[in-house]
Amino acid sequence: MIIYGVALLSACLVAGLFIGEVLGDLIGVQANVGGVGIAMLLLILACNVPRFRFLVSGASAGGITFWSAMYIPIVVAMAARQNVAGAMDGGILALAAGVGAVVVSFALIPLISRIGSAPVAADERAGVADDD
Amino acid sequence: MTELLTVLNANQLIVAFAIIGIIIWLSYWLSDTFTGGRIHGSAVAIVIGLVLAWVGGTKTGGSKGIADIELFAGIGVMGGAMLRDFAIVATGFGVDWHEMKRAGVAGMVSVVAGVIVSFVVGAAVAFLFGYRDPVAITTIGAGAVTYIVGPVTGAALGAGSDIVALSVAAGLAKSILVMTSTPAVAGLIGLNNPQSAMVFGGLMGTTSGVTAGLAATDPKLVPYGAMTATFYTGVGCLLVPSVLFLVVRAML
Repeated sequence: MIIYGVALLSACLVAGLFIGEVLGDLIGVQANVGGVGIAMLLLILACNVPRFRFLVSGASAGGITFWSAMYIPIVVAMAARQNVAGAMDGGILALAAGVGAVVVSFALIPLISRIGSAPVAADERAGVADDD
Repeated sequence: MTELLTVLNANQLIVAFAIIGIIIWLSYWLSDTFTGGRIHGSAVAIVIGLVLAWVGGTKTGGSKGIADIELFAGIGVMGGAMLRDFAIVATGFGVDWHEMKRAGVAGMVSVVAGVIVSFVVGAAVAFLFGYRDPVAITTIGAGAVTYIVGPVTGAALGAGSDIVALSVAAGLAKSILVMTSTPAVAGLIGLNNPQSAMVFGGLMGTTSGVTAGLAATDPKLVPYGAMTATFYTGVGCLLVPSVLFLVVRAML
């Protein structure tokens, strides 16, 4: 049943957001700490527990893959409701701060990506360069 | 005509599905026809979305882009945090658990490094523009972390509303730039595997920017980037008003 997959997805999101909210309270910040990430871990966990197998296979899986496929349309809607005009109103200072943060962060990606498994990352990079 | 408007206004979310569908169809057509598919259809769709958001914002003076126009209010629901988070979690279905674990350490490092780097750049820009008050500098730096960390920090430190508005604008500029520039620089920075996607999510941190940027680059990488990005704002709210504020105050 499709609803089983959808229900599992909902349960994971609600549980994850709740844990993130509690984590935020515990460390004393007014923000949800990793709620969506934790929800995703719960879903991955559920997929690997035999007991929950029936929730993530057959028609039930369709309830999850549908929302996964709706992801890009939802992102397009999200873009359409951003406060773009507000960003423009911030003037040069806001723009410079935002652009500067992005440029420096981009530059750090190749450096930090090397932590852990340098050879594999390098191989994959080389592989894709060939495709281009 | 009034009847049509009544129907459209009574079914805003459903109308949004149709509108977004048309935008995506148009985007893929534009992508194929004018760029031979080189610029991804979803990247085109996101840019169209941002342009619509700008039009809506300038027309209404509101903060929710095109969704502030009643007819398009459903887009606000469809693109709001609730359905966005629901869909992000769904993308985690079928991710490679081992890949995620392998990049775990790099992911954690990138979150902390990302918060500090963005803060330092934002604070430095504030300083260059002549700000010397540690509260103002910290709040603007916090905005360069994300547009949520900015106001949270501003409230904690008692910054003026003009400074808070600046910090939100800096965060929005960052988020929009990440959405639009990621596909263009992906090749340059090696953003083509789960490991670098997790580092990317952790360094950039803006959930909307990261998820949209990755969607336009390679949808398979979305869950990896989203995983680390969702920790970023929390870590930012933790570090900026406390440790980083004290550092700024000590330096001035």
